[in-house]
Amino acid sequence: MMNYIWIAIIFFSVITAVFNGTANELSNGIITSGNTAVDLCFSLLGTFCLWNGLMNIAEKSGLSQTFAKITAPILCKIFKGLNKNSDAILPISLNITSNLLGLSNAATPIGIEAMKKLAKENSGKSTPSNNMVLFVVMNSAALRLIPSTVAGIRANHGSANPLEIIVPSVITSICALTVGITMAKILERFFKYE
Amino acid sequence: MNNFSDYILPVFVLIIIGFGVYKKIDVFGTFVDGAKKGFDVFLSILPSLTALFLAVQMLKSSQGIEIVTKILTPVADLLRIPPEALPMCILSPISGGGSLSVFESIISEYGPDSYIGRVASVMMGSTETTFYAITVYYGAVGIKKIRHTAICSLCADFTSFVLAGIMVRLFYYP
Repeated sequence: MMNYIWIAIIFFSVITAVFNGTANELSNGIITSGNTAVDLCFSLLGTFCLWNGLMNIAEKSGLSQTFAKITAPILCKIFKGLNKNSDAILPISLNITSNLLGLSNAATPIGIEAMKKLAKENSGKSTPSNNMVLFVVMNSAALRLIPSTVAGIRANHGSANPLEIIVPSVITSICALTVGITMAKILERFFKYE
Repeated sequence: MNNFSDYILPVFVLIIIGFGVYKKIDVFGTFVDGAKKGFDVFLSILPSLTALFLAVQMLKSSQGIEIVTKILTPVADLLRIPPEALPMCILSPISGGGSLSVFESIISEYGPDSYIGRVASVMMGSTETTFYAITVYYGAVGIKKIRHTAICSLCADFTSFVLAGIMVRLFYYP
């Protein structure tokens, strides 16, 4: 899937550049793309180390297990087949919480931790488990209660009420998330799990 | 003056470390051990992010976005998505920075409290960069075949784009 999308975008871009006469810009874009990726990764390195450190404390101290007991009943309803004592429960719940609170810097490293735990339970498979797909879909339609970036930009441009978009945004997010989860549940039967 | 939301992160950190102290584990050493794994994450997502950024930069610099916008304008009209917000919808699944800059230009041109400004705000507030999430999360665990992930995520994004306009009309222009 990613393979085809990737190839399609690259071919489309080259053909577009020929017709638009933007080959020069395209060349520059290609050269800088690697740097952009490294810059982004480097800017995230500190956050990765920080949250991995904190998550390690949570795991070794048993907070992970305590927390899992509380949230497992709810999470296991969405993530079918997830073990009630799974190590993945704490990072999944914390990832959802940080997304809700708009702490996207924390959500990504914690989410990666959750993916690693889910992958461990999926060992030896070359495709993601249904739960891994569901987790990524939930993150790409992240439900946020405080859209801080959007509110910040609105405030900068003199909005009378920068936060007024919270309620429509949350309703829209909930609907989008529901569509995503429902689609994942329906489609999981049609895509081979190997 | 502190806001309520300013306390979330400190309390988060305090609970994790406080529980470690309560359980009498070597908090500092455990943190450092865990932090080392940050490098593994860095190394595991860099290759796939490089691939993603190559495609995104090529699409942006060849002005391919403009062509996709032209092609999709009739569809957007049909769904009552404001044409000004369409480039943002197209960029949003592939580039967080790209869609944010389109969002800022919409807000500064039409004003944050205009119809278009509000629709754009709801769209930005209810979507994430889909392909970035896919790349980072699957890259970190070394999975290349992603089954139905992209389809489901894009359907969720599409729902947000269509609903944003409906919600704004419902809330502010009944």
